[in-house]
Amino acid sequence: MRTLIKFLLKYYYFLLFLLFELFSVLLVIENNNYQKSSFLNSANSISGNIYKSVSSFKSYIDLYQKNETLSAENSRLYNSLKSSFKSNKISLLEIYDSTYFQQYVTISAHVINNSVNRQNNYLTIDKGKKHGVSEEMAVISPTGIVGIIKNVSNNYASVISILNTNLHISAMIKKNDYFGSLVWDGKNYRETTLKDIPNHVKINIGDTIITSGYSSIFPKGKLIGVISDFEHEKGGNFYLITVKLSTDFKKLSYVYVVGNLLKQEQKDLEKISEND
Amino acid sequence: MIKLILRNIWRFAILVILQVILFNNIQFSGYINPYFYIIFILLLPFETPKWILMLSSFLLGLSIDIFSNTIGMHASACVFIAFLRPHILQYIAPREGYEASSLPRIHYYGFSWFLKYSTILILAHHIFLFYIEVYTFSGFFYTLSRALLSSIFTIILIVFSQYIVYRK
Repeated sequence: MRTLIKFLLKYYYFLLFLLFELFSVLLVIENNNYQKSSFLNSANSISGNIYKSVSSFKSYIDLYQKNETLSAENSRLYNSLKSSFKSNKISLLEIYDSTYFQQYVTISAHVINNSVNRQNNYLTIDKGKKHGVSEEMAVISPTGIVGIIKNVSNNYASVISILNTNLHISAMIKKNDYFGSLVWDGKNYRETTLKDIPNHVKINIGDTIITSGYSSIFPKGKLIGVISDFEHEKGGNFYLITVKLSTDFKKLSYVYVVGNLLKQEQKDLEKISEND
Repeated sequence: MIKLILRNIWRFAILVILQVILFNNIQFSGYINPYFYIIFILLLPFETPKWILMLSSFLLGLSIDIFSNTIGMHASACVFIAFLRPHILQYIAPREGYEASSLPRIHYYGFSWFLKYSTILILAHHIFLFYIEVYTFSGFFYTLSRALLSSIFTIILIVFSQYIVYRK
C-alpha cells in the first residue's frame, strides 16, 4: 500500500497528464465520428455574438466589391421580373396551372465566420431556427454551392463547408449526366476532387460539374465548378478528377439557405424500398 | 500573489480573443496559421504548481476549440506541452539554475535561451495539433511541412512580442 502511494506521488504529474490527454482525445473522437450536435460549437450564443460583431466590422472593408456583386445580382433579378417583359400572349384567358407547385424555399443569410485552412472547415451564418433554417438544408452562394447546415440555434446556424474531408456530395458532369461523389482532399481551398466516374466516359478539361439532385439536399443543376485536371486512378477503373471550384471561399459573404419541401416524402419512400 | 493571478487571468482572456479575432484570420496561402495563444503557457511563472499549469492549459485549449469548432484538438495539444514544460525547463536550465521571482522571458535569460525554450515547445504543440487534426498518418510529410511552416511563423511572432509587449 505504501509503495502504491509513493508511486502515485512520484508520478502524479504524469498520471494527471494522461487523464487530461485521454479526456481531450475522447472529445476529439466523439466529435469526429458522430458530428454530434452539442452546445460546444460556434453556433452558441456567446461566440455567435462575438463573431457577429467582428464580421460586421470586417464587412466594411470589402464593401465596394460586395455592393458590386449585389447590384449585379439585383439587375439580373430585375431582368427576370414580369414587368420587364413584353407579353406575346394573344389569348386573354387566365389558366390556373396545377402542373407546378413549389418544391424549394430560399432564405438569404450573411456569413459571420468562415475558415479555409483546416482539414474540416465550418462556417457560421446569422440565420437560425427563428428564420426557418433547419438541419440538413443546402447552402449555396450566387457563384456555386457552399455546404450543408449542421447545427441550428435560435439565431445562428453552423454549416459544414464542402471544404471538409468528411463531407461527400453527389455531383454530375453536366454534358453527359454521369455522376460521382465529390470529396475534398484537404489541400487547396480552390480545388476539390470528383471520384467514381468510370474510365470509359469521355471528359475534357473545362467541363462543367453540377449537383446531381439525388441526395434530396441540393437541388439539381447547381454549379460546383469546372474540371481543371484528371488522371486514371492507380489500378482502378475510375478517374480521379480535380475540380476547380467556382466559389472563392475566402470571399464568401452572402449565401442562400435552400430547403427542400419534398425531402421527407422522398426519404420515406426510399426507406420503404430499402426495408424490402 | 493575488495580483499575479489576476494578471494571468486577464492575459488568458485577451490571448483567447486575440487568437480568435486576429490570428485565426492570418492565413497565408491557406496553409500557414499562427497559434500565438500558447505564449500564455510559455510565460507562466516558474513556481506555478503543476496541477494549475495542467488545468489552465486544458482550459486555454478548450476555449480556443469552442470558438473554432475543433473540440478537443487544441485542448489535447496544450495539455501535451503543459506536460513537457517542466522537463524542458529542467533540460535547458542555465548553470546557476533559475533565480527566485524571475520569469521565463528574454529579459531575464537572454535571446538564445528563450529561442531554444519557445522553439521546442511550439514545435511540439504544432506537430501534435496538426497530426491530431488530420487524424491519419497518410500524407505524413505534407502535414509535417504544414506544421513546420506554421511553427516558424508562431516562433517569430512570439519572440518579437517579447521586445514589443513584455519589455520589462
